[in-house]
Amino acid sequence: MTTTTLAVLVPLLPFLGAVAGLLLGRTAPGFVRPLAVLPSVVSLALAVLVAVRQGGDQAIDAATELTPTGSVPIELALHIDGFAALVAVLVGVVASCVQIYSTGYLRDDPRYPSYAALVSLFTSAMLLVVYSGDLMVLLVGWEIMGICSYFLVGHYWETPEARAASLKAFLVTKLGDIPFLIGLFALAADAGSFRIRTVLGTVASGGLDHPTLIALLLLAGVAGKSAQFPLHSWLPDAMAGPTPVSALIHAATMVAAGVYFIARLLPVFAASSAALLVLAVMAAVTMAGSALAAFAQDDIKRVLAYSTIGQLGYMTGALAVGDRGAAVFHLLSHGAFKALLFLAAGVIIHAAGTNSLAAMSRMKDLRARVPDAYWTMTVALLALAAIPPFSGFFSKEAVLGAAEHAATGHAEDIPGAAGWIVLVAGLVTALLTAAYAMRLWLLAFRGHGAEAPDHGRQPLAMNAVLWVLAVPSLALGLTTGLLPDWFDGRDLTPTLATSVLGTGVALVGGIVTYGAWRHTTALATRVPLGAVAAHPEGDAGLVEAEAIASHAPAYGNVASAPDPADPGRLLLGPLHRHAAVGFHLDAVYAALFVRPVQAGATLVRFLDREVVDTYVRGAGALPRLLGAAVRRAQTGNVQTYVSALLAGTVVLAVAALLVATGA
Amino acid sequence: MHLAYPAVLSALLFCTGLYGVLARRNAILVLMSVELMLNAVNLNLVAFDVWLSKTAQDTLHSGQALTLFTIAIAAAEIGIGLAIVLAVYRNRGTSDIDKLRDTAETGDGSDDGHDAPESAASTTAEKAEATA
Repeated sequence: MTTTTLAVLVPLLPFLGAVAGLLLGRTAPGFVRPLAVLPSVVSLALAVLVAVRQGGDQAIDAATELTPTGSVPIELALHIDGFAALVAVLVGVVASCVQIYSTGYLRDDPRYPSYAALVSLFTSAMLLVVYSGDLMVLLVGWEIMGICSYFLVGHYWETPEARAASLKAFLVTKLGDIPFLIGLFALAADAGSFRIRTVLGTVASGGLDHPTLIALLLLAGVAGKSAQFPLHSWLPDAMAGPTPVSALIHAATMVAAGVYFIARLLPVFAASSAALLVLAVMAAVTMAGSALAAFAQDDIKRVLAYSTIGQLGYMTGALAVGDRGAAVFHLLSHGAFKALLFLAAGVIIHAAGTNSLAAMSRMKDLRARVPDAYWTMTVALLALAAIPPFSGFFSKEAVLGAAEHAATGHAEDIPGAAGWIVLVAGLVTALLTAAYAMRLWLLAFRGHGAEAPDHGRQPLAMNAVLWVLAVPSLALGLTTGLLPDWFDGRDLTPTLATSVLGTGVALVGGIVTYGAWRHTTALATRVPLGAVAAHPEGDAGLVEAEAIASHAPAYGNVASAPDPADPGRLLLGPLHRHAAVGFHLDAVYAALFVRPVQAGATLVRFLDREVVDTYVRGAGALPRLLGAAVRRAQTGNVQTYVSALLAGTVVLAVAALLVATGA
Repeated sequence: MHLAYPAVLSALLFCTGLYGVLARRNAILVLMSVELMLNAVNLNLVAFDVWLSKTAQDTLHSGQALTLFTIAIAAAEIGIGLAIVLAVYRNRGTSDIDKLRDTAETGDGSDDGHDAPESAASTTAEKAEATA
């Protein structure tokens, strides 16, 4: 088979798997698991084959016209360069791992067939986005991912948290998608084509008339999808979905789609230095703010969600300084270790029967209950904190190196201010990242108090996947020498200055947190344990749903817990209260948008009920009165009716006679 | 025979029938009165047909043909009418027309649509009772 055929099969197979899974889910439950796992695994194998054949050389392009639109045609096009090939492999790896993990995680879930089909559909859409060479077809995949995310966040739709979170995720991302769509149209109008190749050619020849406007419009969609400030607030709430979904969609792939999109169209953004500055500021605010917020969260998954936002901030920061190689490198390594973190967190939540770090810190020997999750999560947290020699170190240093490169004015066309903003914010965030990673590890695995509950071993499917994902988290750093061949050819090896600085601040963050933890841990015994699942023997999905539902009743809200033993509370001081609620961004949105809309709705309702309806009722009053008078004649006696009929006939006959005789 | 005799007879018959329909309370008697009115019409048809065909060159005797139709239809109609009366009697225990006032406007008549489903429900319940 040609490489093009293989590449077409990559997104097609999970799509067919999703359709078959939805059709057969009820009638043939035995086929659901193979139909969920096999297409993902096969399409992973094909994606690897495509990547090997592409080999980082000239991009593979193929196109067939989909719709003659009269003006700008829409084409079913492939554009596979080194970025696309490698990101597709990442998507395949994470999707396969998540599908295998889900067979154990949602083992007893009655809605597993539709869940697995939606995950397959999501995988297919993401692969379409990655491979597509046409912006309209890319948008189709982009929106399918959005709707899959909506359905999967709302998987436990019995709980109000999940319902609210799914609606919020959908609305906030759509808020970004509308400017995104307009931006795509503006781009196509300037370039005369939706093909990425043609667009890039137009940009290279300077044919773009409104680069700043287009870049800012596209940026809105990217901010929504990739959870960048100020449209990031949906992602922490999306943790109400099942953990495998968080791992696949809200950590490794979908949220990276925005970053990938900018990486593909980087010349468009680079054509406008204003757009790059906006991107840099957005990345800096996102990075630093989300790292502070992550430090104050109590729900283990919300810590990871804010961490995801921060790491995506690193990627957009790398793009702001014009280095898409570093951005996609960080995307790849982050995808692997963040998926691992989430999946391990799912195992921990199942074993502990709670998602609350405060409750876990009051359990002794939780790490002995889940040795696989303990070791793999330690690896992933080290990668997250960018400690050498784990993968996160290399990719984060590539980002910081690129920022330093731009800040010292070595990069052409990139404003030096963007470089400085990204570099400073990146170093601050490196410190905070190490601090919250350390806090997470200490609270989850170094607890004191009652023995952790023993539910036996976790399912093999869940543990095996953790080790598979631990391999790239450990070893992806070795590929720094090879990756530039696949990317732009720019060097990705860490530079000495940023490496020393980055690792230094990370170590400081970790050690300070450790010290604070040693100081506060004595307070832990004063506050009892709370927020545990009602059915700890159930399957992991059920335990997680119950843990999320019990957090607010036990601790007052879903995000934080009043735990004096939390090192984050000591270190953040008065900032903790604000960081726990994401710096009141939701409250700001409520004041700016929700309340005006509700007030407007109340006004419209009043106008409709009290004003318009009054006129309608008034117009109906006279006919109703006449009708009431006529109804009195309806006695129900047939003979009365016939008498009236006779009288009428006589009157008519007499009248006819009089007229006929001319009287 | 002069046309006046059958015409007067049929007028008398029709008036008798009309009086019966308007004044009798028993549904069977009302039906019988209806038959009287029909037969008055039949009589008119035959009489006028004969009177008209006297002067005509050739005729189809359409009045008499129509009478045959009327008789046949009247037979069918009275069969159905009696069946309905029987069913009503079995159902209600009476065939007094004054008491069969289900179509009357009830209450203050403020809302038509509101009590319609109720009466429909009650008639279906009665039907179910009758078939049982």
